[in-house]
Amino acid sequence: MSTPDSADPTARARDLLGVSRLTNRALSGALHGLHGVDQVGCELRAAALGTRSIKADSKRWAIDLAISMIDLTTLEGADTPGKVRGLATRALVPDPSDPSTPSPAAVCVYGDMVATARETLGDSPIRVAAVATAFPSGRASLPVKLADTKDAIAAGADEIDMVIDRGAFLAGDYLTVFREIVAVKQACTRADGRAARLKVIMETGELVTLDNVRRASWLCMLAGADFIKTSTGKISPAATLPVTLVMLEAVRDWREHTGDMVGVKPAGGIRTSKDAISFLVAVHEVAGEDWLDNQWFRFGASSLLNDLILQRQRMTIGAYSGADYIADDAPSAY
Amino acid sequence: MSRVDVRKTYKLYIGGAFPRSESARSYEVYAVPSRAGARPRFLANASLASRKDARNAVVAARKAFPGWSAATAYNRGQVLYRVAEVMESRRAQFVTDVRDAEGLTPARAEAVVSAAIDRWVWYAGWSDKLAQVLGGLNPVAGPFFDISAPEPTGVVAVLAPQASSLLGLVSVIAPVVVSGNTAVVVTSADRPLPAVTLAECLATSDVPGGVVNLLTGRAAEIAPWLASHRDVNAIDLTGAADAPGVSWAELEAAAADNLKRVLRPGGSGAEAVEPDFTATPALSRMTAYLETKTVWHPKGR
Repeated sequence: MSTPDSADPTARARDLLGVSRLTNRALSGALHGLHGVDQVGCELRAAALGTRSIKADSKRWAIDLAISMIDLTTLEGADTPGKVRGLATRALVPDPSDPSTPSPAAVCVYGDMVATARETLGDSPIRVAAVATAFPSGRASLPVKLADTKDAIAAGADEIDMVIDRGAFLAGDYLTVFREIVAVKQACTRADGRAARLKVIMETGELVTLDNVRRASWLCMLAGADFIKTSTGKISPAATLPVTLVMLEAVRDWREHTGDMVGVKPAGGIRTSKDAISFLVAVHEVAGEDWLDNQWFRFGASSLLNDLILQRQRMTIGAYSGADYIADDAPSAY
Repeated sequence: MSRVDVRKTYKLYIGGAFPRSESARSYEVYAVPSRAGARPRFLANASLASRKDARNAVVAARKAFPGWSAATAYNRGQVLYRVAEVMESRRAQFVTDVRDAEGLTPARAEAVVSAAIDRWVWYAGWSDKLAQVLGGLNPVAGPFFDISAPEPTGVVAVLAPQASSLLGLVSVIAPVVVSGNTAVVVTSADRPLPAVTLAECLATSDVPGGVVNLLTGRAAEIAPWLASHRDVNAIDLTGAADAPGVSWAELEAAAADNLKRVLRPGGSGAEAVEPDFTATPALSRMTAYLETKTVWHPKGR
């Protein structure tokens, strides 16, 4: 289906839904018209994908791909400029003992740390992602959320991770969620016309059902999200494989429907190489090979990088490695 | 009416839990025949640990190290003494296990179990005495207090003796953990059941999970990965004696890669010999896994 004017998401959504006016009722009708998710089947499929055996050269390739897909993240109240600089340096040189180690895709920080991260990363292709819109709760008025976003953009953020208003979503007020995403997307455009990529966090741990995850995915994509992201990392459960499976199906179906590609970012709780590789298997099997690229798939993680590097070292040196051989990016607390 | 046999398949002991081997393999354990030519009696199935189980055990041991090494020596001594209490209350099973494993007479097996429990108590008693005996105030030429104190080295891989299935096992594990190290132990391949019972004693005592991890299986398969593992700080090669396919010199060479502390097996030449565990031990099994921290402090007037 063609998109009449991709710059105007409301017009496009109207066109896609086949309505003359975008109302809450129209959105509800469309989202609740989506097929329900077979939860048991979805969990079984996720478990089956998790048992695939990826060894030797395939494993090496998967590890490098996974490293290149990481949004290296620190989102703590106690983040200091030193910690952010340490994280950014880590992104530049993930493993000092092996310069062939790929860099993560981005460094993900709070908006006020964007400038610090940008300064350390310099001209490197590693992007700076900022969480915005009253992350992680999203409980603030729209002007505050927009100011938060614009602030991060002005500081040099290349990507914005916004949270949806889960309260509005659960109350069935889809139009509010839609409008917020549209407004934040507009705020992502810089003065020179270049736009930061917008990742929309659905916080699937608060959406309760997989049906809701599917609806929220479609709602975010309708509103113009460049990425749909599982979680803030502050709520458990975060990025589970079944939830990611549903989102991958959504982006696959969205492309069939509109021809546009949307990225997926599971975040939170992915700590081991084994986990990461089963996510990659799911990406390949559900969405397709086109998504096996850090332009379209990301991991939001902090400790995952360490485990991937340990595995990488293990494959290079032929012996198990340990924490003593991993760079410690946490500055001394003294 | 005859009962149906309760066939046992034992598991590994990693991080305080009893998981199956990641490889899902197991092997059959037989009793030593009571007379020559007799058909060996089936005892149980034991998990056949793989290198990935060893890797998981090292992770568990590393995780347990900060807490265990930071516990007070007094507390460690109490916790280890509690293990001896549990062993004592399971004496009957240990006696049966040792008889089956080593083909001993009932009286001899009783004596071995007593010696093993006494050995554990003996080592437990050392927890708060090590620092007094091995550390102390050093005489220095200057206005300084100069104090040395022993500290645990970290995660210790232990190849348990192949023949002495309980007394030998206790004699290699207790000296490692008493000073605050954590252990990854590869048990005797043919005689693993006393180690399984010991794991059950450890799990039901107050020893934190991960302080002792027991892997039943073949040293030839697992030991090279432990010897080269960069997150292992020391390795005890005692069990290399009579372990098929194990060259302790190669293990020592692999251990040099990250400067592990190595306790060589008994014997003088290239041939490893299992030591006699009945004698009262020297301190050397404890000192082998200690580092010395020395502190200089200026002395006031």
